[in-house]
Amino acid sequence: MIFANPAKLSKRGVLGMNMRNLDFVLAYNPRHLFPQVDNKLITKRLAEKAGIPVPKLYETIQFQHQIQLLPKLLENYEQFVVKPSKGSGGKGILVVLGKQSGHFIKTNGSMVSQKDLNRHVSNIVSGLYSLGGHIDTAMIEYYVNFSPIFKDISYQGVPDIRVLVFQGYPTMAMLRLPTRTSDGKANLHQGAVGVGIDIQRGTTLRGVYRNNPIENHPDTGKSFKDIPIPGWHDLLILASRCYEITGLGYMGIDIVLDSNHGPMILEMNARPGLAIQVANNSGLVPRLRKIEKMASKKLTIEQRVSFAEKNFSANFLK
Amino acid sequence: MNSKIQFYIIIFFLALIGLGLTFYKSIFFGFPLLPGQHEEVWIVEAKITFTAKGGPVKASFLIPSAAPGYAIQSEDFASTNYGFNKTKDEYGYRANWHARDLQGIQTLYYRVQFFGSIRLDSTLLEEEPKLDPLPFFAEPYQIAVDTLIEQTRNNSADTATFTVELLKSLNSPSRSQNVNLLLREHNTIESKTELFLKLLTRAKIPARIVRGLFLKDGIRNKPLSELIQVYDGSQWVFFNPLTGNSGLPKDFFIWQKGGKSLFDLIGGEDSNVTFSITRDLRTSQELATYRANSRDAKFIDFSIYSLPIDKQNALTLLLLVPIGALVVVIMNNLVGIPTSGTFMPILIAMSFKQTELIPGLCMFCIIIGAGLQIRSYLSHLNLLFVPRISAVVIVVILLMSCMSVFSFKLGIQHGLGITFFPMIILAWTIERLSIIWEEQGHKEALTQGGGSLLVACIAFLVMDNSIIEHLTFTFPELILVNLATILLIGNYTGYRLSELRRFKAMIKD
Repeated sequence: MIFANPAKLSKRGVLGMNMRNLDFVLAYNPRHLFPQVDNKLITKRLAEKAGIPVPKLYETIQFQHQIQLLPKLLENYEQFVVKPSKGSGGKGILVVLGKQSGHFIKTNGSMVSQKDLNRHVSNIVSGLYSLGGHIDTAMIEYYVNFSPIFKDISYQGVPDIRVLVFQGYPTMAMLRLPTRTSDGKANLHQGAVGVGIDIQRGTTLRGVYRNNPIENHPDTGKSFKDIPIPGWHDLLILASRCYEITGLGYMGIDIVLDSNHGPMILEMNARPGLAIQVANNSGLVPRLRKIEKMASKKLTIEQRVSFAEKNFSANFLK
Repeated sequence: MNSKIQFYIIIFFLALIGLGLTFYKSIFFGFPLLPGQHEEVWIVEAKITFTAKGGPVKASFLIPSAAPGYAIQSEDFASTNYGFNKTKDEYGYRANWHARDLQGIQTLYYRVQFFGSIRLDSTLLEEEPKLDPLPFFAEPYQIAVDTLIEQTRNNSADTATFTVELLKSLNSPSRSQNVNLLLREHNTIESKTELFLKLLTRAKIPARIVRGLFLKDGIRNKPLSELIQVYDGSQWVFFNPLTGNSGLPKDFFIWQKGGKSLFDLIGGEDSNVTFSITRDLRTSQELATYRANSRDAKFIDFSIYSLPIDKQNALTLLLLVPIGALVVVIMNNLVGIPTSGTFMPILIAMSFKQTELIPGLCMFCIIIGAGLQIRSYLSHLNLLFVPRISAVVIVVILLMSCMSVFSFKLGIQHGLGITFFPMIILAWTIERLSIIWEEQGHKEALTQGGGSLLVACIAFLVMDNSIIEHLTFTFPELILVNLATILLIGNYTGYRLSELRRFKAMIKD
């Protein structure tokens, strides 16, 4: 059979796109709050105001004429990331690891001249990378020295942790690992690997690659199983706090682990994908319904996280 | 929860109104549910001949007005050398011919075309008639009449049975003495009917003669047949004087009701009226529209049929858009085929309706392919958004003109169809696809482009279906049903077909 039996899927509590849109995105995410997560600059400012760790914003370039000031602005920074504030899918992100005789060194070791960098920023500002082509703002921010713990199971790029937060409760989580096919990006539909995380124990489960379960990383060949995520509880607290600052009920929160500063919020998503269920080999619906019943209790962040840790183990409704 | 109930009530009523109007139109006006249905139309020709005596001639012919069960579609009055007018009196319409000086055998034609309609017998609503003065018969007939009436009355219960009994005794082969005596004077069918009417009047039962035709294809030069109508105290009942059967026969077309003469002639003699009947077939659509108009149905007045033909044609295309929308909704939310741009497939499908499917598909692919090439070059130029999309629009128009000219020179007529493609939509499609191409790779772009094209093809095939085309045009109120369906799908939280495949791994172990 090419198709799964819908009754069986429903029994496993698998969340479909129609239900996600109707019962969760439309019901819990007021449209006017979307810009808070779609615009990374607003997200960053909100997070900074609430004291949530984010990669530090160095500079913003909003107008073409500001570009001539770039060399002066970048003087003090050895490593940095240039990204569009409204970009999606990792498009338009330029990572600079160092400088050498007036040139910038990229992640893959190639050199970029000041002129090339200026043009890149100009493209961002003119909206080349923002979907819909609206004019945009270029952000220059702290380069995350990502923790080496996932080095063996990722191929270039930045691995991150996606936590699905529903009404402030961490609901499901996965580790997103770039592959050669995903071109260093951590988006699953671009070919990255997703690895489920047991919310209770903070260790990895199995992987999913192109909608199918996978045991080892397709490029490095290393197993995904049972890798503990350091500082898991704090990471969940961090994700849970994002609910208070954005007001969005149904969110995907992308967290990176910095070797110096610990977990940091990279971005948030108001329409998180459904592949997280395959990575965890578990349906979202029972967890979401369980949280819906709790919602009236108005628990604190700490209480919400311990509720999740207590309930959402890898064995939840198996 | 309350709003949910409200939602379903709205959906229910939308569907109810849509379906209700459809069935109303279908049943009461005979709008056909399937295309290409035909109904019979009857053409009756009355031929009037007489000999003119020389001098002014005035001829007046009773013509049918409202025959129950039939609707008149058209009339013709053919006669050379005559002045003609149509008048109306209390018995109905009359055709009047007049000429100043004529001699010899004259022929006048009246032709009427009509078709079956629902049976609304207006006589049911007629007021109670006044009884004619009692007729008297000369002796010995008077005694025979009174005895016959007395006997029949004893053998019957009410007006209807009385009539049947009387007809029986007149028609039975073993007639009584009295009947034989009376029939000796009235032995033709015509005068037998006359006698029968007289007898009924004598028995104080209001009765009248109704003349008309039994419709049958191929009848030539026949006079009108007769029926008797008897008032039973509450309504007029039909009786066939020859068979004694009651009720209006199925194929009987009433021409004349009551005693007013069929044909009056001044200045001529030896008049004779005969009828010929021909059957013909017309599309049900045409007849239904006629029927609805003749019934003065107000809501038909506000329908598409009241528009000029060219506007109607434009509307046919427009009315198909909701069907396309339904296809897109089903493909998106129930099947899960990704399309680039929600309504792009509908517009492409509408263009396919002008170009035909295969040539349309080829042209579409060529334009989009070439457009993507050029767009990828434009992206190297790092243009701002609005100038970039404008440049793509211009490139699309250039491509379209080139294709038209080339295909025309090569003698491929289909090439000209390219102008039916909405160019702005094409430009947008190119722009979107190229962004997807750059951001998410060629695979995603092909998936979405192919998905859009697939949905467009399906939408086209549905919109091109003759039954659906017919239904949307004949019953525009079905849009409400369509709307209800779309609203219902808008509330669907189940899985999409594609998700059953996507999440197959979830139930493997």
